[in-house]
This record gives sequence, structure tokens and C-alpha cells, in this order.
Amino acid sequence: MTLLTERQQTPLRMVENKQWRKPVYETNGLNLWYGTSHALKNIDLSIHEKEVTAIIGPSGCGKSTYLKTLNRMVEMVPDVSISGNVTFKGNNILGKSMPVEMLRAKVGMVFQKPNPFPKSIYENVAFGPKIHGIRNKTVLDQIVQESLQKAALWDEVKDRLHKSAYGLSGGQQQRLCIARCLAIDPEVILMDEPTSALDPVSTHKVEELIHSIKNDVTIAIVTHNMQQAARISDRTAFFLNGEIIECDTTTAIFNHPADHLTDDYINGRFG
Amino acid sequence: MQQVNERKITRRMNIRILRNDISKYIFLLSTLFGLAVLSILIYRIFSEGVGSFNLDFLTGKLSTQPERAGIMGAILGTAWLMFVVAPVTMFLGVGTAIYLELYAKKGFLQSFIQTNIANLAGVPSIVYGILGLTVFARAMDFGNIVLAGGLTMSLLILPIVIVASQEAIRAIPSTLSEASYGMGATKWQTIQNIILPVALPGILTGAILALSRAIGETAPLVVIGIPALLIPFPDGIFDKFTVLPMQIYYWTLDSALLAEYANLAAATIIVLLIALFILNSTAIMIRNKFQHKF
Ligand SMILES: Nc1ncnc2c1ncn2[C@@H]1O[C@H](COP(=O)(O)OP(=O)(O)O)[C@@H](O)[C@H]1O
Ligand SMILES: [Mg+2]
Repeated sequence: MTLLTERQQTPLRMVENKQWRKPVYETNGLNLWYGTSHALKNIDLSIHEKEVTAIIGPSGCGKSTYLKTLNRMVEMVPDVSISGNVTFKGNNILGKSMPVEMLRAKVGMVFQKPNPFPKSIYENVAFGPKIHGIRNKTVLDQIVQESLQKAALWDEVKDRLHKSAYGLSGGQQQRLCIARCLAIDPEVILMDEPTSALDPVSTHKVEELIHSIKNDVTIAIVTHNMQQAARISDRTAFFLNGEIIECDTTTAIFNHPADHLTDDYINGRFG
Repeated sequence: MQQVNERKITRRMNIRILRNDISKYIFLLSTLFGLAVLSILIYRIFSEGVGSFNLDFLTGKLSTQPERAGIMGAILGTAWLMFVVAPVTMFLGVGTAIYLELYAKKGFLQSFIQTNIANLAGVPSIVYGILGLTVFARAMDFGNIVLAGGLTMSLLILPIVIVASQEAIRAIPSTLSEASYGMGATKWQTIQNIILPVALPGILTGAILALSRAIGETAPLVVIGIPALLIPFPDGIFDKFTVLPMQIYYWTLDSALLAEYANLAAATIIVLLIALFILNSTAIMIRNKFQHKF
């Protein structure tokens, strides 16, 4: 229970205020099957505006599946069936009401392994704005610079914008992928273990970056790293075997979890 | 109990090393055999053909008199043929590959089509010739013009181009297209901006190698009825034509009557070999230069 020395001192009022933030995503009774295997069972979970929500749980418990449901990438897997409700700002996204492209223009995703395109650094960041119709060179230049600055990468790459993104280190590539997301000014960024392929220094930089953008975007982040969840998140959801065991403020989850399974998991008694 | 006994190892060591050496020489020998045959072939072609290989021969018109015969007509014919084959196979081949890899639902129909494409790649070229004769030359009434020959050749190499393009597309890590879809790109935007540019070197390499097959092919053109002696140069895809390998074929047949024809055939083979060499080097260059490391 020593993970949270700093957060333990957070005045309770602040935490309570956070609970009043509007939910961006609301999930009710979400079930998902890959073929006949039941990967998400009756998930009720909200993701609140301008908060960092950490999703933790052992491998295979459905964290990535849940995240990919939020931007409907999961539907690209053949033979997936979904029931229940997922609303994004009040609109049901599982229906046909909103084209997926529309949803994904507002919800970015960062993957486990950095996956820049085999293009220049500039083209990587300009990709999103371009596919959403921005052609003006001056506007694009500005978006590229601002996004790279937000991702704390500008100083490192400003002299090599037109060089291949593959010349960057793994950590820089991951921050480039975050900059690529930021370029379309998303309301939510979904991150699936964004630092699990990175060294500790790069991990630290990504965490700092998350910290610096969290006032502007809502973040849902899957992580295997308990300290990371404790450090960066406001709220934590614990998944186990496709079910949600509990979701509460990070302080509560790490200090007095309601379920003994949560307690066992965050203290490394299984995983 | 010690299984690995030092004395036993020493005893077996010599025989192991001997076997190791022998196997190396067996593989070397197999390689040398192929190289030797190839060298003899090339030596014979050059020694027979080099005497006739000169500028007049390259730029001249066809003639029954060996000393006056040139092969510009066949060179132009081959060029016009490729002018039809290259765009047709690229368009149909890449289109089919994209459909099968990115649109078609994995299932019975898709695997049925896939198996048949693989089978078509193995169908003898003369069968394509018969198809070309029936469909393009007769039913569509093109006759033995470049367009008919080109469409027939396109069908012949289409399976190769499809399979090569499919492999190039499949080699792209799914994380790249996921990143694109994740940004809100449509399928077509993803194909256009990510998949095609990344797969292009692989597609081009496959397509060029397929073209070099088409350049050397004769059987389908024999069936369509390419003239044995055609003097005027072809000026476009609606003209009658002949191609380099056809010229080689007829001159080799005629060398029974007049020995000099054999020299002309050999000189034409040199031209064909140079063309193939250029094509294949281009393919290798593209592959090495644009290969992506992920
Ligand atoms: N594409 C897929 N097809 C079939 N089953 C899948 C697929 N992706 C994940 N699963 C299964 O769904 C469950 C949850 O997977 P996932 O969401 O990736 O877990 P996590 O991210 O928590 O490790 C696992 O049992 C996994 O085997
Ligand atoms: Mg996962």
C-alpha cells in the first residue's frame, strides 16, 4: 500500500468533485463474443470527461477488447457479436446512427507497439488532418508543429520533419503516434498499453506527456503496470475474466478496494 | 551415467567432419552443373550470333535475305505488346488482389477463387492461346493484332501478378492499417494512402518478373496466328505484329534451309536476353531500394 504516498494526501473534496465530471462514454450491459467465446460480460462502466481512466487486469481479461469497442475497431474482427449499450456523448455508437469514421475522428487510439506509417515525421502527423479534408499547407504546417509540441517531440524532430519516422527511437515513435492522434484534436484518446514496449526513460516521457494533455482530452489507458496506473490515472477499472470487478477513483482502488480480488491483483498476488 | 563420452566423440569426429565436407561438395556440384550448362548455352549463342549483331540488324526491316534482315519490327512488336500487357495486368492484377485481400469475406467463395487463381498460374500457355484465339481474335474479331495478343498475354500472366500483389499486401503489418482506421480513415483512404504505397515495390517487382515471362512466351501467339514474315513495322496496338521470340522461332525453323538463319536467331536471342536482363535488374533494384523494414 505504499504506491500512493502522494495521492493519499489528496484532499477528499477534490476527489469528490471529480466524480461530478460528465461521462463521455457510458457502457451499460455490454456483452461481446468472439464467435462463441464470451469476452466481455455485462460491462457497466463510464469514462469521464478530462479524466484519465486506467483499465487494469490480467492478460486476456478483455481490456483491449473493451477499448476497441469504444472506437468500434473490434468490429473488424470477423465473427464478433455485441449486445448492450455504449454511448459516446449521449449517442449510441453501436447502432448505425454514426459512421465509424465520424466516431474515430473524435476518438484517437494509441497502440501497444509504436506503429508510425513508413512516411516522414511530417506526413505521419499530417495524415489525420489530410484524410479529414485539410489541404491548406500553412494550416497543416501549423497543426504538425502544435501536435508535435503537445507531444513534447517538437524540439527533438524539428530539424528532421521530412525524414522517415522509422529513424526515431521506439519512445520517440510512440510519442509521434500520440502526436498523430492529437493532430485531429480528438476528445478522447484510447491507449492500449502504450508504454509496454518502451524503456523506463521513454515510459516516463510518455507519462509526462499524458499528464500534460489530460486537461484537454479524456484518456482511457490500459496498463499492466500498477505504479503507472497509480501515477497517472484519476479513476481505475479492474477487469477480470471479461467482467468488471470494480471501478472507482484510483485512490480508492489502491487504498481500500471494495473487492478482495482487486486487492490481491494490485498487490501482485495473482496476475 | 554419462551419456556423452569423450572417447566415443573423438572416435566419431573424423567421420562427422568427412560427411560435413562431402555434403558441401555435393551442393557445390549441383550449383556448378547448372552454371556449366548455362555458360555453354550463352557461349554458343554469342559465338553464333555476335557476327550478325550490329546496328543495321537492330534497326533494319525484316527480309528473306539473311544479310539484309533486321529485327526492328520484332522489337517494336514486343514493345507494343508490353504496352498493352503492362497496364492491363497491373490494373486487373492489383484490383483483384485488393478485392481478395481487403474486401472479400473469408469463406468458401474466397478460398475457391484463391485456389483457382493458383491453378490458373499452372495452366499451359497454349491453352491461353486457344482462349485468346476464340475470344479476342475471333469472337471479338480483332484478328492477329497487338491488342489480341496483348490481352491474351495479360490473361496468361494475370495469376502471377495477382498472387505477387496479394503477397505484397499481406506482408504489410496489420498495425499500419489499424493506425489508419483508428484515425477515422475510410477503407479506400487506407488503401490509397497506406496499403498501396507500402505494397507498391513488391507489386512492381512481381509485375516486372511476370512481364519478363510474357516477353519470352511464344505458344499463345503461335495459336493466334502471328505472321511468319512481316515486313512493315507496327505503329500501334491495332496493327499486325511479330515479337522477338516468334522471330527466333521462325528463323530457327528456317535454319534447316539456310544456315545463316541460325546466326540471325542467335543474334535475336542476344537482344531478348538483354531485354530480360534489364527487366530483371530493374525488379531487383526496386526491391532493394524500396523494401520496407517494419
Ligand atoms: N481477434 C480475436 N479473436 C478471438 N478471440 C480473441 C480475439 N482477440 C482477443 N480474443 C480473446 O478475448 C479475450 C480478451 O482478449 P483481450 O481483450 O485482448 O485481453 P487483454 O487485452 O485484457 O489482454 C481473450 O481470451 C482473447 O483470447
Ligand atoms: Mg491487450
